[in-house]
Amino acid sequence: MNERADVIVIGGGIVGTTTAFFLRRRKRSVILLERGLTGQQASGVNFGGVRRQGRALEQLAMSNRALQTWRRSRELLGEDVEFLPSGHTRVCYHAHDAEYFHRYAADARAYDLDLEVLEGAAMFERFPFLGRDVIAASISPLDGHANPRLAAPAFGRAAARLGARVVENTEVVRVEKEAGGFCVESAAGDVYRAEQVLICAGAWANTLSTQFGEPVPLVARGPQMAVTEPVPYVFKASMGVYTSIKEESVYFRQVERGNIVLGGGPPGPADADTRRASVLAENTVAQLAQFRRMVPAMRPLHVIRVWSGVESYLPDSEPVIGPSSKADGLFYAFGFSGSGFQIGPGVGETLAELLDAGSTPIDLSSFSIRRFQRASLTHAQSLTSETSP
Amino acid sequence: MAATVIVIGAGPAGVRAAQALVEAGLRPVVIDEGRRDGGQIYRRQPEGFKRTYETLYGTEAARARALHDAFDALRPKIDYVPDTLVWNIEPNALHTVSGTRHRKLAFDALIICSGATDRLMPVPGWHHAGAYSLGGAQVALKSQGCAIGSRVVMMGTGPLLYLVAAQYVKAGATVSAVLDTSTFAQRLRALPQLLAIPSALRKGVALMRVLKDARVPVHRGITPVEIRGTPEHGVQGVRVRQADGAMLQVGCDAVALGYHLRPETQLADLAGCEFRFDQALQQWLPIADVDGRSNVKGIYLAGDGARVRGADAAERAGRLAALAALKDIGMTCSEDEANKLRLQLNRFTRFASGLRTAFPWPARFAAALPDETIVCRCEAITAGDLRRVVNDMGAKEANRAKAFSRVGMGRCQGRFCAHAGAEVIAAEARVPLEAVGRLRGQAPVKPLPMALAPHKDLETSE
Amino acid sequence: MSGRFVRVAEKGRRTFEIVIDGKRALAAEGDTLMVALLTSQEALRDSEFGDGRRAGFCVMGACQDCWVWTANGERVRACTTQAAEGMSIVTRLAEAQEGVWPRL
Repeated sequence: MNERADVIVIGGGIVGTTTAFFLRRRKRSVILLERGLTGQQASGVNFGGVRRQGRALEQLAMSNRALQTWRRSRELLGEDVEFLPSGHTRVCYHAHDAEYFHRYAADARAYDLDLEVLEGAAMFERFPFLGRDVIAASISPLDGHANPRLAAPAFGRAAARLGARVVENTEVVRVEKEAGGFCVESAAGDVYRAEQVLICAGAWANTLSTQFGEPVPLVARGPQMAVTEPVPYVFKASMGVYTSIKEESVYFRQVERGNIVLGGGPPGPADADTRRASVLAENTVAQLAQFRRMVPAMRPLHVIRVWSGVESYLPDSEPVIGPSSKADGLFYAFGFSGSGFQIGPGVGETLAELLDAGSTPIDLSSFSIRRFQRASLTHAQSLTSETSP
Repeated sequence: MAATVIVIGAGPAGVRAAQALVEAGLRPVVIDEGRRDGGQIYRRQPEGFKRTYETLYGTEAARARALHDAFDALRPKIDYVPDTLVWNIEPNALHTVSGTRHRKLAFDALIICSGATDRLMPVPGWHHAGAYSLGGAQVALKSQGCAIGSRVVMMGTGPLLYLVAAQYVKAGATVSAVLDTSTFAQRLRALPQLLAIPSALRKGVALMRVLKDARVPVHRGITPVEIRGTPEHGVQGVRVRQADGAMLQVGCDAVALGYHLRPETQLADLAGCEFRFDQALQQWLPIADVDGRSNVKGIYLAGDGARVRGADAAERAGRLAALAALKDIGMTCSEDEANKLRLQLNRFTRFASGLRTAFPWPARFAAALPDETIVCRCEAITAGDLRRVVNDMGAKEANRAKAFSRVGMGRCQGRFCAHAGAEVIAAEARVPLEAVGRLRGQAPVKPLPMALAPHKDLETSE
Repeated sequence: MSGRFVRVAEKGRRTFEIVIDGKRALAAEGDTLMVALLTSQEALRDSEFGDGRRAGFCVMGACQDCWVWTANGERVRACTTQAAEGMSIVTRLAEAQEGVWPRL
């Protein structure tokens, strides 16, 4: 089977499906190739936080774009992906983290991110359920959370309704540059051609970028997720601990049905080749202790399930977004390091703009794949362990 | 240094496995969720209760007593850990919780004897208060001396339908009707296989006599239509279509529902065991050889938790699995005994197959369920919700359908909705049941308290 | 006694008091909490999703339908928990006088 379109998108997660969606709105033809089913990997197993707060300042422009899409998601998609504008709150236990909250709030204002930092009595009045070890809370009122199991598939279906060719159960084995564009071959021997290709294949992008001489040090890790039984909907919040101590960095969100989604702490093992990731029992036990500290009222509740998945991380915890350094017409968006869900639609919208119009006002330079090609790689390690929304 | 062998489950399979291990000179750990041993079928009543074994276990009184006596004799020779749930398994170690106390236990060999629960096909109204599983109705009587209601209807199919009805009658409870979806013709067809265990067949006939003498209406070949009830008061009656097409209404305040049993395979799943779709049973079962070896070295599966063949088979399978484990760790065992057990188990396998022919799982009901029928009790998800995700979202596989519809996301984690849910998906997607796949198992096996903390006396990391 | 479950055997056991939705009720030695509740009333809880009252299902700790709230805001699975003197259970959470959970 031979097919042709303006753009081939490789990878059907939140980035791929939203890029296809926005490309169709720009009337560009697009073929989306997904090895399994849309949104099955990192996009479907993550925490579901829709937060701008806490992102590197360079991400905020796309993150703001994304929020607009999340807020209009029901209208855009014709279905409900359960976006709840609950606000997003970071809390901390240590004085230097509280100081950072104030600094970040000041810096973020320039990027239209308005945060409110509360401490002491005012904080406990707003959030009476917080454990008494918490010393400060930074609130982003317009942020929230959504259902990661529904979102990317919904964008994929919306893209298909707009005319995108969404091809699931199709593994890409080769991408080759040829005259006029690219030739993409599937495991089944189908050939797809396009002028432009976007590789947003998450933990598997490195295999393809390596084919073009652009390997990146991508590492697969498994988020340690859990969910409680449904209980009265009282927290109405998405909250996480901001800290440099990995074990402390837990986060939760309560959905309207009452379940509380839990996550955080050190990641677990994940294998991109087998597509398997697991939650270590020890991590669950440790996580629960941290939740009792953060919100003592959770103590009587019960976890009914844990899960993990394959997320991929880059050493500086920032993604690769933008044009290939080796091949004209090739673009990348992957390595979101546990923070790709919220920003996904903003990245998709920006990439659609870039691919269609040839440029975007959004500055993507800090996300360039070139940064992994310098002679001596300095790993800009993030000082925080805030790995997830 | 002696091998550490852990047995999960102190029912017929687990007790006989532990016994074989003790006879070989080992001191196994026996972990059980319950307060007392016996599993479900031979569940022991609370201390201080006075009913005799004959009252509690009827024709199985001698077997029950033998099993309980055997366990009592074993107790000083094993590490018995009751009131304890195994909630996760990793290579060569398992995680338990007792109350809120977490412990991690290492093992060289693990024999999983996790037993079974009832297999359920939804019917409109089965979510009403007063609807119970057949096994649940039996436990209420056996373990607590209670009938689940003052006028009880038993509905479904399988030998348990008649056994529980007869037990209720003998205990003086009111059984308003026994409604069997299977026909007499199906029972006749199964006769050759059922003759594999002649005593069982005789017992079945005796049960029918008890019901006849008590004038309990028994209807066969029925199709459940509705369990009538109200949100506040629960069950008020049952409506079924009879074999001749006529509607039948039976007033009642409780319904006991069930269609045979389904193995509790979550622990086998967490232990990494591979599953295979069994065409005859139309279920996914963990792979095990004739002796109970799974595909994972050191993991053995025995009893109804691996494959439902009844308590007598479970005792033999438990012993056989222990012998296999002993052999695999280099201890000599009687191959003669193992052969004898294998032959006996073959008869039970044939009998179980006969039961399925006599009392088939009514897969065809799934496609006919009205859209408003709740399929997932925990999350109140209906057949219509499930069909919607198949049709509108292309979800033709169990985990995908779960992600979109929430079927299987509730507290029971698919125990009571997975089979019927898969049948609904298969019918709507027009694919074979096998193609729907099975729900991915995840820890914890049952709800895990957020108050979970390490056991004070023990290190949790090994 | 307008309960759901009917005692047909082991009658005459020593009884003790529990509290259900603020009202005193009698349980018998050896009762599970499920039996203690359902011999006094028809249900254990409300379904979270609006389909009405629930009274358990499998009676053997598998279905998880019988989890109830204690007046102290704890969770117990009624069919596998022994009833004990003084237990106070809330089966109508929405109507409980004071906040049962969360305890702040």
